[in-house]
Amino acid sequence: MSRIARRFATLRQQGRGALIPYVEACDPDFDTSLAILRGMPAAGADLIEVGVPFSDPSADGPTIQKAALRGLKGGSTMKRVLEMVAAFREGDDETPIILMGYTNPIEAYGPERFCADARKAGVDGLIVVDMPPEEADLLAGPAAAAGLDIIRLVAPTTPDDRLPVVFSGASGFVYYVSITGVTGTRTASTDELAHALPRLRRATDLPIAIGFGIRTPELAANAVSVADAAVVASALLNTLEATLDANGQATARTVPAVLEQLRALADAVHAVRK
Amino acid sequence: MTCPTIRQGLVFCRHPVQNRLTSGQGRLHDDTIEPRTYSCGVAKLSATDTQAGANSLRSGPDGRGRFGIFGGRFVAETLMPLLLELDGAYRAAQADPEFRRELDYYLKDYVGRPSPLWFARRMTRELGGAKIYMKREELNHTGSHKLNNVMGQILLARRMGRTRIVAETGAGQHGVATATVCALFGMKCAIYMGATDVERQKPNVFRMRLLGAEVVPVTAGAGTLKDAMNEAMRDWVTNVHDTYFLVGTVAGPHPYPQMVRDFQSVIGVETKEQIMAAEGRLPDTIVAAIGGGSNAMGIFHPFLDDPEVRLIGVEAAGCGLDSGRTAASIERGRPGVLHGNRTYLLQDADGQITEAHSISAGLDYPGVGPEHSWLSDIGRAEYVGATDQEALDAFQLCTRTEGIIPALESAHAIAYAAKIAPDMAEDRIIVVNISGRGDKDIFTVAEHLGVKL
Repeated sequence: MSRIARRFATLRQQGRGALIPYVEACDPDFDTSLAILRGMPAAGADLIEVGVPFSDPSADGPTIQKAALRGLKGGSTMKRVLEMVAAFREGDDETPIILMGYTNPIEAYGPERFCADARKAGVDGLIVVDMPPEEADLLAGPAAAAGLDIIRLVAPTTPDDRLPVVFSGASGFVYYVSITGVTGTRTASTDELAHALPRLRRATDLPIAIGFGIRTPELAANAVSVADAAVVASALLNTLEATLDANGQATARTVPAVLEQLRALADAVHAVRK
Repeated sequence: MTCPTIRQGLVFCRHPVQNRLTSGQGRLHDDTIEPRTYSCGVAKLSATDTQAGANSLRSGPDGRGRFGIFGGRFVAETLMPLLLELDGAYRAAQADPEFRRELDYYLKDYVGRPSPLWFARRMTRELGGAKIYMKREELNHTGSHKLNNVMGQILLARRMGRTRIVAETGAGQHGVATATVCALFGMKCAIYMGATDVERQKPNVFRMRLLGAEVVPVTAGAGTLKDAMNEAMRDWVTNVHDTYFLVGTVAGPHPYPQMVRDFQSVIGVETKEQIMAAEGRLPDTIVAAIGGGSNAMGIFHPFLDDPEVRLIGVEAAGCGLDSGRTAASIERGRPGVLHGNRTYLLQDADGQITEAHSISAGLDYPGVGPEHSWLSDIGRAEYVGATDQEALDAFQLCTRTEGIIPALESAHAIAYAAKIAPDMAEDRIIVVNISGRGDKDIFTVAEHLGVKL
C-alpha cells in the first residue's frame, strides 16, 4: 500500500479529514522551504504538496506565480526539488509528499529518469497541472513503473460523461478544482460543493481533496465536512510573502509564521468528525 | 520503411530525422526517419481544391491534435471540456456550407480579399536575380493577415453562443483585428498585451481602445507576448461560461493550430491561383516570417504537396542566432511543452522558458506553431534567421524600391528573400508574404535610425 493510501486509510479509521498544505520549493531559498516542509507534519499537515517552480504557470493566480518566480530566483531546479524531498525523508518516513507542477520541467528532465529519481527521493504522487488524461501517456508508464500515484484534477466544467476518462489511471486521491478560475482567487460556495461532491463520489472510490480558494480555517473545515481533504496553498504563500524583507529574503518570522497559520488550519480541519 | 511521424503516405525528408516517439504504454523510444525521394506528379492547380488526399502532408493533425510528436492539448482539466466542445463546433462549421458562405462574404466585402500578388519590379532589378513577387496581406482591412483568422473564429464564437472575447497580442496586430470584429458584431472584448509591448506599440493600443476593447497590460515576466498568452489563458479559465479565447497564431492547444491554419490558408490558395495566372507555373520559393507562424502556415499549407516549391520560414534572429538574444525557436530551441502544445521552445536545461528577443514585437515569442516544428523535422520546410539589423535594412529597401512600408515582422522575410534572390537565375520566382504594413513600426525604426519624431 502506498504512503498516500495508508494515510487516507488511517484518517478514515480515525474519522478525520486531511489537511494538505503547499510549499513552493526554494521559496525564497532552499533552506527556508526545507525548514517549512520539515515543520509541516508537526503543525498538522496530513499530506504535503511541494510546488515545482515553472516560469510560466498559466493555471495559477498571482500568489503562486510570484512564489514560483521566487523559487526560481532561489535556485530551484528539478534536481534541487528532489534533494529537498530526500532531505525531508531523512526525518519523516510517513507523511506523503506530492509534487505539483507543469509538464515541461518533467519533460526536460526526462519522464523515466524523473519518475525513478522522484521515487528514490521519497515522492509519493504527482499532480501535473497541464497534463489532462488525453496527454497522460507521457508519464503513465514511468510513474507506474516507479510506483508513483498520478493524482488527477477534476473541474466544475468536467461533464459527467467525462468523469470515467478523468478517473481512468488515477490513483492516490482525486483533486477537485472547486472553481473555474486560477489558484488563490474565488472560493466555491457551500452549495456548489454540496452539488459537486455526490457527482464525483458516484464516479470514483478514491478519496477526494478540494482545492482552489480555501484560505481560512472555516473554509478548510467546510471543505473536509463534504470531502476527504482540503488543499491550502495561496493563503500560506501570502503569509510567507508578508514576512520577507525588502530584498525578498526570508526573515526570522518566515518559518514560524507559516507554520502557525498551518496549525490554525489543521485544528479546524481535525475538529470535523466524519 | 515508412515515416513514423506521418500516418500515411509520402515522405519529404531531405535528411534522416531523429524523432522521439511515445508508445501506447507511455514509453519513449527514438526512431530514425529515413529520407525517401518522392517524384512529383502534376501539381494540383485548382486553388479551390483544399481537400488533402491520402498521400498528403496536408492531412494533419491526427485525432489527438498532433503533427508527429508536436501539438497536443496540454491544458488544465478545466479547459479540456471547452477544447473538446470547440473541436466539435469547428468540425460542424466546416461541414456547413452556410458557414463557408458567411465567411466568404465577410472576407470579400469586409476584409477586402483577395489580396493582390504584386510583381516587385524595382526590387527585383536592384537585387538582380530571381523575380520577386509580394503577396499583399498588408492591404487587408486592419493592415495585416490577422483578420483572415479572426473573421473565421468570431463567426465560430457567435455560432457557439459566446458573448465575450479574450485574446493575446504581441505587436498589437492580432489585438486590433480582434477588437475590430468585436466592434463589428457588438461583442465584449479584452485584449491582453505585455506591458513592454504596450509601450512600444502605442498606436495599436490606442486603436484597440478606440474600437471599444479593454487593453490589459501584463507586467508578469518580461511583459511580452508569452506573458500575455499566460494571462489570456487565466482569463479564459476564469470566465469559461461566456468567453471565447480567440488565439491569434497557429499555436496553443488543439484545435487552434489547425483552425488558425485553415483560416489563414486563403493566403496560399490565392497565391497559387495568382502565380499561375501571372507566370503559368508555381513559384520556386516561398518566404515568410515566423513568430508563432500563422502567416507562414497560411501561405505554405496549400503548397505542402508541391515538393518543387521550396518553403522557407524566417525566424527573428534578434541580435544574432548565437547572441543569446534571439527569438529563433526552431533554430535555437528544443522540443518542450508550453501554452497547450509541444513544439520547439527557447528554454534552459531545466525546462524553464527563456525570454525571446526581437526588434519586432510580433516575433518576440519563445515558441512556434507545432506544425512548423513538424515540417522542420521532416525537412519539408526550411527555417532560417534574419537579425534585427537585416530586418531594418529590408524595411528600408522595400519602402524605397516598391513604395510599400512593410511591418517589421514581414521585413524579416524580405531580408531573407533579398539574401537569396541574387544567387538565383532570372527565370526563378520567389513569393514573399508581406504579412502586414509598417505604419505601426515607424517609431521603432526612427529610433534605430537615430531620428526623433
